[in-house]
Amino acid sequence: MKVSVNNTTHDLTGIDPSTPLLWVLRDHLNLVGTKFGCGISQCGACTVLIDDTAVKSCMYPISAVGEKDVTTIEGLASDDEELTPLQQAWVDIDVAQCGYCQAGQIMATEALLRENPNPTDADIDTALAGNLCRCGTYLRVRAAAKVAAKHRS
Amino acid sequence: MTTLDYSDIGKVIPRVLREDETSPVAFAEPPPLVKLDRRQFLKLTGLVGGGLMLSFSPLRKVRAQDGTVFSPNVFVKIDAEGILLYAPNPEIGQGVKTSLPMMLAEELDVAWEDVRVVQAPIDTAFGSQFAGGSMSTPMAWEPLRAAGATARNMLVEAAAQKWQVSADTLSTQDSIVKHTSSGREISYRELAADAAKVTVPPRESIKFKDPKQYRLLGQRITGVDNDAIVRGKPLFGIDQSLPGLKYAVYQKCPAIGGTVKSANLNEIKQMPGVLQAGVLAGTGNAMEVLPGVFIIAESTWAAFQAKRALQVEWDENNASKDSWSETVTQAKKLVEQAGNRTVDIGDVDTAFAANEKQAEGLYKYFFVSHAPLEPQNCTALFKDGELELWAPTQTPGWGMGPAASAAGIDQAKVKLNQLRCGGGFGRRLYNDFMCEAAAIAASVPGTPIKLQWTREDDISYDLFRGGGFHKLRGCVDEQGKIVGWHNRHATFTGDQGIGSGQFPMGMVDNLRVEHTGMDWKHRFGAWRAPGSNVFGFVLMSFVHELAHAGGRDHRDVLLEVLGEERQLHRGGMHTGRAAACVKLATEKAGWTNKKEGRGLGVAFYYSHAGHIAEVAEVSVGDVEGTVTNRQGESVQKRSLKVHKVTVAADVGPIINLSGAENQVQGSVVDGLSTMMDLAITFENGRVQETNFDKYRMLRMAETPEVDVHFIDTGEHSPTGLGEPAFPPLAPAVGNAIFDACGYRVRTLPISEEGFYLV
Repeated sequence: MKVSVNNTTHDLTGIDPSTPLLWVLRDHLNLVGTKFGCGISQCGACTVLIDDTAVKSCMYPISAVGEKDVTTIEGLASDDEELTPLQQAWVDIDVAQCGYCQAGQIMATEALLRENPNPTDADIDTALAGNLCRCGTYLRVRAAAKVAAKHRS
Repeated sequence: MTTLDYSDIGKVIPRVLREDETSPVAFAEPPPLVKLDRRQFLKLTGLVGGGLMLSFSPLRKVRAQDGTVFSPNVFVKIDAEGILLYAPNPEIGQGVKTSLPMMLAEELDVAWEDVRVVQAPIDTAFGSQFAGGSMSTPMAWEPLRAAGATARNMLVEAAAQKWQVSADTLSTQDSIVKHTSSGREISYRELAADAAKVTVPPRESIKFKDPKQYRLLGQRITGVDNDAIVRGKPLFGIDQSLPGLKYAVYQKCPAIGGTVKSANLNEIKQMPGVLQAGVLAGTGNAMEVLPGVFIIAESTWAAFQAKRALQVEWDENNASKDSWSETVTQAKKLVEQAGNRTVDIGDVDTAFAANEKQAEGLYKYFFVSHAPLEPQNCTALFKDGELELWAPTQTPGWGMGPAASAAGIDQAKVKLNQLRCGGGFGRRLYNDFMCEAAAIAASVPGTPIKLQWTREDDISYDLFRGGGFHKLRGCVDEQGKIVGWHNRHATFTGDQGIGSGQFPMGMVDNLRVEHTGMDWKHRFGAWRAPGSNVFGFVLMSFVHELAHAGGRDHRDVLLEVLGEERQLHRGGMHTGRAAACVKLATEKAGWTNKKEGRGLGVAFYYSHAGHIAEVAEVSVGDVEGTVTNRQGESVQKRSLKVHKVTVAADVGPIINLSGAENQVQGSVVDGLSTMMDLAITFENGRVQETNFDKYRMLRMAETPEVDVHFIDTGEHSPTGLGEPAFPPLAPAVGNAIFDACGYRVRTLPISEEGFYLV
């Protein structure tokens, strides 16, 4: 079994095919930006992109990825690259408190902006309805999503 | 099997986290009571600082590792390469990894972009390294500014010697020392080697900056970890990895206090990826290691699968039989009976006999869970009799001793690495997860393990905010002034609840408080703004009930209750600061200019040294039939929209405006989320809501606009903001609901009374 994550193909021979994508990313590929929060697709901390769609990776078996491309938070800008406008908006607005949910919030927003480059507040609320922020940074997440949309267009 | 000792549970909550007498400023000199004009005051703060009394010296000299590192104290390191500042306290989302180094940087007079911030190692030289009680800011204010100023004074002295001029002729700015008359400038980095040779000046001779010259404090500074957060870099406890790391889970009895009779360990050990499984008897202390079964596997997923397949027969003879439904029945009876009279001021009986205008109501609140988004976890390596831990904890120092004993070694053999916490809210004040990791690691010497709790573990084995029941009676005189107050409450924690610095103490002439304690076996813990998070709702809702009974405007009654400007007790609430918050919040919220169809509600609460008033603007939908609540009662169903919350907060000067505003916004969201629909119930000792499908927090679409105003009179030292903006939210919303539709909510969460948020 092979899987493409952030444009790199990984050989996953020997890994239980029922393993959720989340744990393959974290334990096997050492991509720990994607977070574990609930394990039942309720909090969105584990959100990644599969092709252009936001997916909760904690219940998504690795065997279901197939030929599709997985993008994680680490795939937006590599270490030596400048932040993308989306990430930069999160820094400029100082969205994070604890920061634990933010990779999921950013990836859900990335999926939204790929589909809808000019979202309204209501569009953002709907797209991010599956992403819990225990610290309550929703106002800043929404503001950052709008700033990012502006800078991408 | 070990019998568990629950007797110390109440004592485990560190005293500093309790309200009132032990509130943060009780450790400090009270703010100056004499009125100083701005200039006098600034001079005073400049010379003597906030006056916090601390049990450590931040000025202890650290020996430079080589001649080129200038490190006059543990917090600051400057060499030819750059400027490094240490953030001493755990970062749990309250922003102290940014705001505390800002205090250092301000007095050091460095350009913020020149600074690299690093989480400090765990060492008493850094002071009390815990995150709790909104204490980090007040604890750090004096020592960190002193540490920064000391370094700056020494850099100036080094330049003076280099240029053979008087230090008085030199100034600093943006990491540079300047000699204006000659136009000479030299950077701190270039001066580091010379400054390292300067003798550390005594504390009393340090020259501080004039606060008017502050360039950094009060600005909006983005968090120092934000770049790493948005890149998904390893930062949090859960992100820790080590060569050869294995993954552990630990199953405890669903009813706390149960012990292991037998388990299908042989079957579990045969499962794919499973390396080891075994029983731990527990340490006999419910705050450390409870009895259970551990499993170690090649991956987290394999460990989770094995945990699911695990079958344990528990001995529940001594286990919890806690039942919320039975407790509700019991408590409703208890609050009708006289309890332990903890406060009796004036003549309550006469006041009630003489004043006919009265109100009465039974308030109650359910248990709630901390539920930080990062489930508890800890990485541990036990090797050659020594234990190294990597943990997201709010109390690293306090956790090392229990972790050492869980591993069967001396505390001196423990090294703890403090990692960023994915939320705290009080949960990570307790280090049971760390103790479990230590015990499991000690059973597999040489193998590093990461203990990972599932979400279900995290909620089931939380240290909960307890539920409670308050029967309130009050009366007002002919003018509508509150003259009698009788609070009778039944709670689990033995907490008397109303302290001498809290409303209504010192504000109502005739006051009686009676308390009855109830038994409970599961664990309690400090939950964001302990005590205040529920007392605020009960007390500040009832003030509104009495204002209504007297036919008066709630804001007027609130200001009347606060009365003349005074400090209620040493280091406690100041009624003048309180009144200023009430006035500002109501003014900004349009109290006298309410929008059509909207309800406005105000509440003030003092907690953790913060004075904060909030006004909620809501609309309530028509009754949509009935709905059955958790208690099996049929209640009328109504929608609630919270449009806006206006906050006026006096926590002294603001360190990081962005972070401070974020804390207030987050507290409002947390307050609304918690009051709407969060409840933990128990039956037969078992927690009934163990994941986010049944423990439903607020989402983005339901978030109100939050308008934040800070008051800084220049007379006070800064205090913390992780907690005090939480308590006023629920009563403000409850009062606004009453204003909108005439219905009084008296239960938390208010979904119990049929409300749902839109």
